Amino acid sequence: MKIIRVLSTLDRRIIFLLVGLGILIPLLKPLGIPENITPPVRDVYQFIDTLPPGSAILMSVDYDASVLPEVHPMFLSILRHAMLRNVKVIGIALNPAGVGLGVQAFDRISKEFGKKYGEDYVYLGFKPNFVATMLGLGEEIRKVFPTDYYGTPLDSLPMMKEIHSYRDIALVISFSGAGYPGSWVAYAYSRYGQKVAAGVTAVMAADYYPFLQTGQFIGMLGGMKGAAEYEDLVNKLLQEKGYKKPMPFAIKGMDSITVVHLLIIIFIILGNLGYFLQKKEVK
Amino acid sequence: MLQRKIPLFIVFVMGFLMTVQFYIPHPVSQTLYKYVLDWMNGVASMAIVLAVGSLIMHHWRRLKKPEFAPYSAVALVSLFFMAILGFFFGIGEGSLFQKMFENVQIPLQATMFSLLAFYMASAAYRAFRARNLEATLLLLSAFILMIGIIPLGYYIHPKISDFALWILNVPNLAAKRGIMIGVGLGMMATSLKIILGIERNWLGG
Repeated sequence: MKIIRVLSTLDRRIIFLLVGLGILIPLLKPLGIPENITPPVRDVYQFIDTLPPGSAILMSVDYDASVLPEVHPMFLSILRHAMLRNVKVIGIALNPAGVGLGVQAFDRISKEFGKKYGEDYVYLGFKPNFVATMLGLGEEIRKVFPTDYYGTPLDSLPMMKEIHSYRDIALVISFSGAGYPGSWVAYAYSRYGQKVAAGVTAVMAADYYPFLQTGQFIGMLGGMKGAAEYEDLVNKLLQEKGYKKPMPFAIKGMDSITVVHLLIIIFIILGNLGYFLQKKEVK
Repeated sequence: MLQRKIPLFIVFVMGFLMTVQFYIPHPVSQTLYKYVLDWMNGVASMAIVLAVGSLIMHHWRRLKKPEFAPYSAVALVSLFFMAILGFFFGIGEGSLFQKMFENVQIPLQATMFSLLAFYMASAAYRAFRARNLEATLLLLSAFILMIGIIPLGYYIHPKISDFALWILNVPNLAAKRGIMIGVGLGMMATSLKIILGIERNWLGG
């Protein structure tokens, strides 16, 4: 009884220390728990995997560095998958604080696969007013983005010669920690029939299940779990094709999350045991 | 007087036109739509200029107040420093602008958000109590989701993972859909009030 009482009144610094260790140790020494692939993630993977080479997808950096550990690994994995399948990628950013993340990701992954800027991928950068941007892309990309992020006119980029609007884009994927994916459904899907998928933080994932169920999203990657599942699928494909397996950031992160989830469950049980003990004593 | 009447008139006309054009796939309506889209891009770009100007004015005024001065000075110096870097030294991979972003902004933002994990664990320990039936149900669904969402849950028993997905796909979805329909109706009602000039708070003052 005394032990339970002590454990149910732990100092917050001890909790912080345990959570810190719970995050750190699995990152240094991964547990290697295999991922089970959930249907929403498999749907996105299969859609990209079955696209004919030369098709184009649009990846929208709608997040910033605050959600980087969860969302950036999704972006990297999907970009790897698309480039591996010779799918052309258009990058844009609707979050001004995320523009640099797109630059970093495209530069890194294109080097892994020896892809050429302007032929295999382009990065258009940021545009203010996301509603006008989403609607404008349905009419003519050049009107919204006359030049790319580096100031090159779109017409001088070979890849963009035949890409004008959503009609020429097989899929839009919004990576976000906020409400952007819902807006992609409202403006790109509803108005232009554009297929949309989302990569969102775990906190936001619950909000997007209605879109998934109605088919307005073809699939979704939710939180670190979704990122780890996609990473696992892409890493297996890379291995199959003879490529070097990249550092599994999300899979390692998922190990940390597993430990922290278990810790939180133990904390809640302890807190409740203390609560019921106290209640019993008062009676 | 005109300061209020002209914006109200523009909102009424544009609101009415854009609502009507959505349902009429006529070339005239399509041309109007494309024309308005071009204008929206222009207005959005101008809004950025206005926003930066407003930010500078705001922090400039705060520089005179000693309690806020250090923070406003950092904001202004950072704004001009990054703008100068971007305009004169490039923004691509390997540029100083991108290096500043990767080595200053990314660690700062990521650190701020990462602190949440610690506070959430501490808050869950202190406040998540099975005080009544509703709280107990919330606690149970949180337990199932927390175990079901991690790979370990699936390997304890595949049904745990399935049950977690069921919670997200059925009770969560039903609640979210109800909220979304409510929000949608609210947005329509508010939009209508703004178009008809009943709701005027957006005019300010």
